[in-house]
Amino acid sequence: MQAEPKNMPVRGSSRMQKVFRNRKPDEKIMNLFITAGFPAKSETVDLILAYEKNGADIIELGMPFSDPLADGPTIQYSSEVALAAGLMMDDIFEMVSQVRKSSDIPIVLMGYLNPLLYYGIEPFFTRCAETGVDGLILPDVPVEESALLAEASETCKVPLIYLVAPNSTDERMKLVDERSGGFVYCVSVTGVTGARSGDEVEQSVNRFIERVNQNITRNPVLVGFGISSHADAMHISRKTDGFVVGSALINNIRENYGTEGWMENHLKFVRSLKYGELETSENTKRS
Amino acid sequence: MQQTNEVAVPDTAYNFPSKNGYFGKFGGKFVPEILIPALDELERQYELASKDDSFKKERLHHLREYVGRPTPFTFCERLTAHYGTGRIYFKREDLCHTGAHKINNTIGQVLLAMRMGKKRIIAETGAGQHGVATATVCAKFGLECIVYMGAEDMKRQKLNVDRMRLLGADVRGVESGSKTLKDATNEAIRDWVTNVDDTFYIIGSVVGPHPYPKMVRDFHDVIGLETEAQCFETEGRDPDYILACVGGGSNAIGIFHRFIDKKHVKLIGLEAAGEGAETNKTAATFSKGKPGVLHGSLSYLLQTHQGQVELAHSISAGLDYPGVGPEHSHLFDTGRVAYRPVTDTEAMDAVKRCSMLEGIIPAIETAHAIAWLEKLMPQLSGDEIVVINCSGRGDKDMGTISDYFYGSNNK
Ligand SMILES: Cc1ncc(COP(=O)(O)O)c(C=O)c1O
Repeated sequence: MQAEPKNMPVRGSSRMQKVFRNRKPDEKIMNLFITAGFPAKSETVDLILAYEKNGADIIELGMPFSDPLADGPTIQYSSEVALAAGLMMDDIFEMVSQVRKSSDIPIVLMGYLNPLLYYGIEPFFTRCAETGVDGLILPDVPVEESALLAEASETCKVPLIYLVAPNSTDERMKLVDERSGGFVYCVSVTGVTGARSGDEVEQSVNRFIERVNQNITRNPVLVGFGISSHADAMHISRKTDGFVVGSALINNIRENYGTEGWMENHLKFVRSLKYGELETSENTKRS
Repeated sequence: MQQTNEVAVPDTAYNFPSKNGYFGKFGGKFVPEILIPALDELERQYELASKDDSFKKERLHHLREYVGRPTPFTFCERLTAHYGTGRIYFKREDLCHTGAHKINNTIGQVLLAMRMGKKRIIAETGAGQHGVATATVCAKFGLECIVYMGAEDMKRQKLNVDRMRLLGADVRGVESGSKTLKDATNEAIRDWVTNVDDTFYIIGSVVGPHPYPKMVRDFHDVIGLETEAQCFETEGRDPDYILACVGGGSNAIGIFHRFIDKKHVKLIGLEAAGEGAETNKTAATFSKGKPGVLHGSLSYLLQTHQGQVELAHSISAGLDYPGVGPEHSHLFDTGRVAYRPVTDTEAMDAVKRCSMLEGIIPAIETAHAIAWLEKLMPQLSGDEIVVINCSGRGDKDMGTISDYFYGSNNK
């Protein structure tokens, strides 16, 4: 059952390369998605550093947008909270700089094209390179529209990371593999982001992971969209290099934030996502 | 006012969009990966259908027997006398079944959906006219219909909400963001992403990812074709000016497209300035916006200094949208069409003037085009032909109109 960690990021940063090189044979890479500025601007850097200590291998930092049309209600909500508090693009770069003072965890920025266009393509990629961003995921930029970003991405050595879906053809998967740097992001269920039941997720994954593994031969593969527990994660990623958790993480913050010792409870959840069993014996509330 | 004959027209014949769905530098397919195969399939099927005579025949049959085409080309005698120059005509899209041009498009798209074997139809709506037009064709052809509508718009356009329900549609209120058309569109796209296998998304204007802007334009082309023939029959020549309101831009492109290569015809698009194009309460995309990406295409867009989408404002729900179709952005940049802002007040005055002088209560959207006569007519020398696309009737707006002119007795 165990997948060999066969692919190394082709054009990934050295930080990204290191994560996949150091991966143990029975280990799954855990990428955690958190919206910048959620639950508050002052929490983001601490959360990232704490995630690293509690099992995260990669951080996907969401750049909030007013109209996140590939995201479900949870990420929409977190984006609204961040924007309402006045989060700016430069705040996000500042957060990355802060993390870089003490951490080499790869940080991938995830967001929509428009704020990036407004900031300016060149200045944006330049700031990414200066602050230590390892890649970009833009769900509203499919490979055919990537031309306008290609030059800046190449010059600044900040690669784009593309998505593949169950309905992507073999040809498209190959194209995505060729253009992506760092890893390829597998959308496991047709749909917008959001936590779902394990069964639904697993079924749709099995059918196309095989195709993914045939066509994605240059980059590691992470699966995402809908993972809410360690069991989900292990099932879904068993033939890939790792997994991404987003909505479930944000939901867990919503449940805990503001309560006594919220961060410790939240980090317990984070550890359980990566290490599962260990956590269940420790925490009787989780079955 | 700026003269409208400033337009510089490119010399080559107009042939947009490109194979990749671009009108000059605008357009494209900025959508999640999951929708790419669906858009590719839609494009393929639409191309096949366009080459199929039986598809065209069927579409034209329903436009004639169900929609009521061709719509009349009405000489506006008293409005003309009021200004004392030129000759004003209305292309009467308000007389289409359901009361607006929108059904030209929904007939076309629903026939395509059936051809593709899709049984579940989704749509977004602002004023509710596109929602009604979609619910209508779904009732006629027996398809499931889900319409996303901003909760704010559901309050403003209650009559249309009930019309949709009566027609059997499931109207889903959208509570996210500004609770208006842009948020309804986000929600419709999310639905499509989730149910892409069995669902056909009927977009209501010349917006969205390729091939929608082209397809919706083609389905509205009939407006310009009829106008050309009717004007020739009545006046023996082409119009000098064509005026249309621009929300997403479907009624405008429908009447403009046929005339783009006829450089002697001046085309003017009127956008909603709300409380003024320089204020924050505006939907004047060309006056105030910058190129950006929303809902799948690159086009002019109202946005904040951080590239977040700005909330639009217009008294007319159908123009209350921060973006505009990519083809209009191209026509704006090349100067072929002049786009001008019209305020809420100017539009409401035009609603009254048109009602009293012509016995036609126009939609508030349409009134934005009618209002421009105030600026245009005094500049004319006498025999110019001015055609306005009368895109819809005002029945749906009676709540807003009552509040505005007569105080709110009937809230
Ligand atoms: C009567 C009428 N005219 C115009 C519009 C604006 O749309 P478009 O610019 O696509 O014609 C609407 C939209 O609801 C409408 O109902």
